Amino acid sequence: MIAVIDYRAGNLTSVVKALRHLGADVTVTEDPATIASAGRIILPGVGHFAATRRLDETGITAAVRDAIRRGIPFLGICVGMQWLFTGSAEAPGQPGLGSFPGQCARFPEGSGKIPHVGWNSLTLRPESRLLAVVPEGSFAYFTHSYRAPVLSATVAVTNYGGPFSAAVEQNNVFGVQFHPEKSGETGLRVLRNFLEWLPC
Amino acid sequence: MASVLTKRIIACLDVRDGRVVKGVQFVDLIDAGDPAELAARHAAAGADEIVLLDITATHEGRSTLLATVEKTAQRLFVPFTVGGGIRTADEAAAVFDAGADKISINSAAIAGPELIGAIGSKFGAQAVIVAIDARRVPGAPVEHAEVFAAGGRKPTGRRAVEWAREAESRGAGEILLTSMDADGTRAGFDCELTAAVSQAVQIPVIASGGAGTARHFTQVFREGCADAALAASIFHFGIADVRALKQELRCDGIPVRLPC
Repeated sequence: MIAVIDYRAGNLTSVVKALRHLGADVTVTEDPATIASAGRIILPGVGHFAATRRLDETGITAAVRDAIRRGIPFLGICVGMQWLFTGSAEAPGQPGLGSFPGQCARFPEGSGKIPHVGWNSLTLRPESRLLAVVPEGSFAYFTHSYRAPVLSATVAVTNYGGPFSAAVEQNNVFGVQFHPEKSGETGLRVLRNFLEWLPC
Repeated sequence: MASVLTKRIIACLDVRDGRVVKGVQFVDLIDAGDPAELAARHAAAGADEIVLLDITATHEGRSTLLATVEKTAQRLFVPFTVGGGIRTADEAAAVFDAGADKISINSAAIAGPELIGAIGSKFGAQAVIVAIDARRVPGAPVEHAEVFAAGGRKPTGRRAVEWAREAESRGAGEILLTSMDADGTRAGFDCELTAAVSQAVQIPVIASGGAGTARHFTQVFREGCADAALAASIFHFGIADVRALKQELRCDGIPVRLPC
């Protein structure tokens, strides 16, 4: 069972629909016990970073931390990816999970329009498991005003007023800044790669 | 390879009572009036987004809309916007539940601008598009272009540039700007109006109205500073599909999502 975490931040319909299209057994939940029993966990998010406070209050953060320690594959999408960092300038008092070092910051003035909305291309690291079989330069759909830094766990870089992490992965923890559920065939491939990846 | 944010080509479906009106003539299309089939075709042909605009006037038709949205969203994996007749945050919620990624509001936002924030606070600003129908005031500068409500029938006395700014400050994620002067002419977008609105706000502006050729899209992206452009009936008039349009745009040096 794939747990899609509902933390009352936006619309989960599209993520769930895409996963079910790929044949996944999806449960939308905010119950830490259900999350603890899941075979894979997905944290979507189209809202404000402050909304992740609810994860701490409901005990979901602890359940996710424990699941990741047990090797359960985890995917964060958009704000769900940013939550994997130590925090975000969008909500300075609210810590992230801290799987990856660094803070998310707002696009600097002069980057172009903010938010960064639309299809932008991915510069890939060839060893990525999440982006396996995705061609270099493929396009993905983004909508966000804050961005995560590029670091050693970055497996896809996108440029908008400078480079930022479009995808990160380390062991069983994965994150994508773009919306795979809205990124056509490229996005479906990313979700399929996540669903099919087996920890060894 | 440095990545660039591409200019979006958005395919628009006008739907009445669950059926597409003035649908695109795809070869071998089984049902040219079926929104779900047309949306899937446009997506397969490279449309970056799909907008479904409900022009149903009757109350009974409104319940058909949710079923239409649900069916259309089912196999659509590009952003999907639904507009037309959404008056309250609850109505918006029902449309999101049915599978829309964004909603577009127009007259209801003019009547009560707090609706923008009410929807945005629940579903995120990125999910709220404020649609503006504007007409130039003869002899006056472009900044005086006036906003019309009720499908272009009712003058509001508001200026489009100022209304776009207010919509942004109230939390709109994008502006869908339709030039009533250019709409239906196939003579090109109103680039001057689009540029005036686009430069007045930080959020993306989608240009609509007047598309007739690929050249018109190049113009509205360059001179009109548009971030995206809406193509409704252009595919009747010599451009095969979105992919063909994008190929022409790429030759013109416009960044587009290709291959797609």
